[in-house]
Amino acid sequence: MSVLARAPGEALEARIAAGPPLPAHRIIRGPEIGLTMLRGRAGGDGAAFNLGEATLTRCSVSLDDGTLGHCWRLGRDRRAAELAAILDAALQRPDLRAGLLGAVVEPLAAEQAAAAALTARRAAATEVRFATLATMR
Amino acid sequence: MKPGFADPVFGAQAIFRALMEAMARPGRIHTCDVLPDCPAELAPAAAAALLALADSETPVWTDAGDEARQWIAFHTGATLVHNPAQAQFLLVTGAMPPLSLLDAGTDEAPQDSATLIVQVSALADGQGWRLTGPGIEHEHRLDAPGLPADFLPQWATNRAIFPRGVDLMLAHGHALAALPRTTRIEEPG
Repeated sequence: MSVLARAPGEALEARIAAGPPLPAHRIIRGPEIGLTMLRGRAGGDGAAFNLGEATLTRCSVSLDDGTLGHCWRLGRDRRAAELAAILDAALQRPDLRAGLLGAVVEPLAAEQAAAAALTARRAAATEVRFATLATMR
Repeated sequence: MKPGFADPVFGAQAIFRALMEAMARPGRIHTCDVLPDCPAELAPAAAAALLALADSETPVWTDAGDEARQWIAFHTGATLVHNPAQAQFLLVTGAMPPLSLLDAGTDEAPQDSATLIVQVSALADGQGWRLTGPGIEHEHRLDAPGLPADFLPQWATNRAIFPRGVDLMLAHGHALAALPRTTRIEEPG
């Protein structure tokens, strides 16, 4: 679910178009846009404070057999929230799970892992090791 | 799980308007068809009223079954309580809990009292009880079968503790009528 919630809308749509067809669904709630309060803690252990608000889109759908799927994601992409909710429901169905995992979720997870690794490498390249500086004098 | 309002904003506004009109003119029947599909056990008017009124800060009590309870909890976000005395809104599908058990508010804050939404087996005006009181010019007739046999004595007690007291909304299908705590009810005849 975190993969689906983080995936950009276009990437989600493209993977779904290439993958197996999604089951029919009906909307239970949304997709609707709201705000959520982000809370933070200074240093990870200080008192919680309100950092600010972020837009959030949520959607709930149900499949013909009554399986429910929910999605809450940051941003205002209604279509992506609806698709992710349908996927959430479809992934609970044993007959659809393997196909959708292979066609949609795993490629998206690989893309996100690659992007995270790239960011981590770029950050690592600028790292300054104070201990090393001390020994260089 | 059934969906909520077809259009969340206009649906809630329409039923809220109907409830406000119904409370201002006790006993008059209003129809409001904003909920195309709700759990079968619930009257659409009662379910819509609860969707519009209840939220995460108003404890709700209901005697309805699991499907309806899950639907109410999901769409309103309200806490479902087991004790009718703790509830701000009560949705009654079967036997009505005694009015004296419910939260009647305090003399300082009578507006904090509970609101009871009762599903009755029919709603008809022009016959039955004689209603008088604020919002009724002379008298209004309302027939609402399905309430307990000792409802009128209970209602008289509820009126006697004014300004405290609970308010009642009656629902049948898409029709609803309200009996605010100020309304006097007399048997016909």
